[in-house]
Amino acid sequence: MSSLEQMYQQVILDHAKHPVGRGLVDAPAGHLAGESHQINPTCGDEVTLRVAVRPDGHVDTVTWEGQGCSISQASVSVMTSLVTDASMAEVARLDALFHDLMGSRGKGLGSDDAEDALGDATAFTGVSQYPARIKCALLGWAALKDSLARSGALAAAQGSPPQTKEEA
Amino acid sequence: MTIATALSATELAAVRADFPLLARTVRGGRPLVYLDSAATSQKPQVVLDAEVDFYEQRNAAVHRGAHQLAEEATEAFEDARAAVAGFVGADVGEIVWTSGATAAINLVSAAMLGSTLDAALGRGSDASRRFVLGPGDEIVVTEAEHHANLVPWQELSARTGATLRWLRVSDDGRLDLSDLDEVVNERTKVLAFAHVSNVTGAVAPVATLVAAARRVGALTVLDACQSVPHLPVDLHALDVDFAVFSGHKMLGPTGVGALYGRRELLEAMPPATTGGSMVEIVTMERTTFSPPPQRFEAGTQMVAQAVGMGVAAQWLGELGMQAVAAHEAELAAEMLKIADIPGVRVIGPSTVGVGPDGLPDRVAAVSFVVDGVHAHDVGQVLDDAGIAVRVGHHCAQPLHRRFGVAATARASASVYTTVEEIVAFREALTGVRAFFSVD
Repeated sequence: MSSLEQMYQQVILDHAKHPVGRGLVDAPAGHLAGESHQINPTCGDEVTLRVAVRPDGHVDTVTWEGQGCSISQASVSVMTSLVTDASMAEVARLDALFHDLMGSRGKGLGSDDAEDALGDATAFTGVSQYPARIKCALLGWAALKDSLARSGALAAAQGSPPQTKEEA
Repeated sequence: MTIATALSATELAAVRADFPLLARTVRGGRPLVYLDSAATSQKPQVVLDAEVDFYEQRNAAVHRGAHQLAEEATEAFEDARAAVAGFVGADVGEIVWTSGATAAINLVSAAMLGSTLDAALGRGSDASRRFVLGPGDEIVVTEAEHHANLVPWQELSARTGATLRWLRVSDDGRLDLSDLDEVVNERTKVLAFAHVSNVTGAVAPVATLVAAARRVGALTVLDACQSVPHLPVDLHALDVDFAVFSGHKMLGPTGVGALYGRRELLEAMPPATTGGSMVEIVTMERTTFSPPPQRFEAGTQMVAQAVGMGVAAQWLGELGMQAVAAHEAELAAEMLKIADIPGVRVIGPSTVGVGPDGLPDRVAAVSFVVDGVHAHDVGQVLDDAGIAVRVGHHCAQPLHRRFGVAATARASASVYTTVEEIVAFREALTGVRAFFSVD
């Protein structure tokens, strides 16, 4: 398989064509909600992502709108599938694993546990060989982290009361 | 075409042999097809040698010191200024070294801001009053500008209370002049525009725009970054007041560029940056400044780069810019055939014609979109075939917004580009939609 085919795995092309979570939806009543707009200034890729967190501290839904290359759009889509129903601790672990994967220069994580946890997101291993494209794959993850922080769900998970809207 | 004869195959082979980098391979041994010269050009051996020679044989601070090396370094620096001036049809005293074209535009806008502040305090010369801006004044740019020729004017407008206006771009990528006489009016103080768009490759109607500015007494600022490397440029004949261009796009080093200013304007303009090397008498209370161009060259200069830029100008001049323009017009025509590939749409003029000056009316910088495939993905597939193109907004977000696209891919040539390379580019581009299974 060429480097190009390693980058554009079928799972990535499929997610780019049929993305999961596309189309912003309001959070159900009683959920913590946060929204984030992230832009990649070098190429103009952008994503607006909305997260709803259930009272039990798990992700209820991730919805988003965006435009950009197949890597950035597929990465948001794969991430959406991956973090739905995850706890804040699980989201933090997945985020750390995915960043490690992007820093692996095409080698992957070398751990079955880690790769099982990332699931379809391991398809982005090939992207990590191309330094200019890593930021494309990370755009959605940055939006998720920011929207969770804005929702107050991270603070709630750490035991402090969620910030009110005025304070945020 | 009535344009001068292009380069012969022998001449082109000799040109390519001068560029060491063009011999390398990329992505697993593929020959490099470098189609990103509008971002930065490759450098001929003589430019590389000139920089090394300067450091090995002549390195010293210029315009100070009485030792032999200082004399030789100063001579090399000033000879380079003369070479660049001659290359663009300017007098030697009208060329100010800058770190690049962006710095050159900012030098002019900062001098205008400085004049405005001076006037408010009753200081500065009477001659500098023509650079003063305030509420009611207007600065005109175009929708086609690189951010470097837009953002400094936005900021200058915001800081002085002047109003920023702009000429629009037509669907064919050329400037829409239908409201020229309304947009450029008696309130206009500055008209700043690109000679050649870095996105569409279109050559602006300089004579028409300069005439409109002259009628109302506005100063003209020409961004010549994409014209000087590709077309014969005679700044006196174009009759602009200021012009900027960079070394690294015209086969010279990075870190150096030039500001051209008509002599009486440079003489009237206050410095934007102050410090060493640009002064006459300094006391604890005040300072008198050197005449131009030194007035605008504070601090230790980028001497080796300037020397390299001078050699690049000489190299292009000896090849002949008429021949360069004719060669690149052929390349542009070859590039524009991509419009025949299903799903490919060119942003900008779709043909190469002859302008009123007898020169090509567009250069070989062609931006395009592929339906259903993002520009980044297009660029990645081309890169896999060894073909280097630029992807993104090319520092021209408003122009992309005008065409309803977030990003384009751009192929751009230089004197060393061959028709065979353009054919390879077209062939690789033909396979892009199939790779992403887009029908």
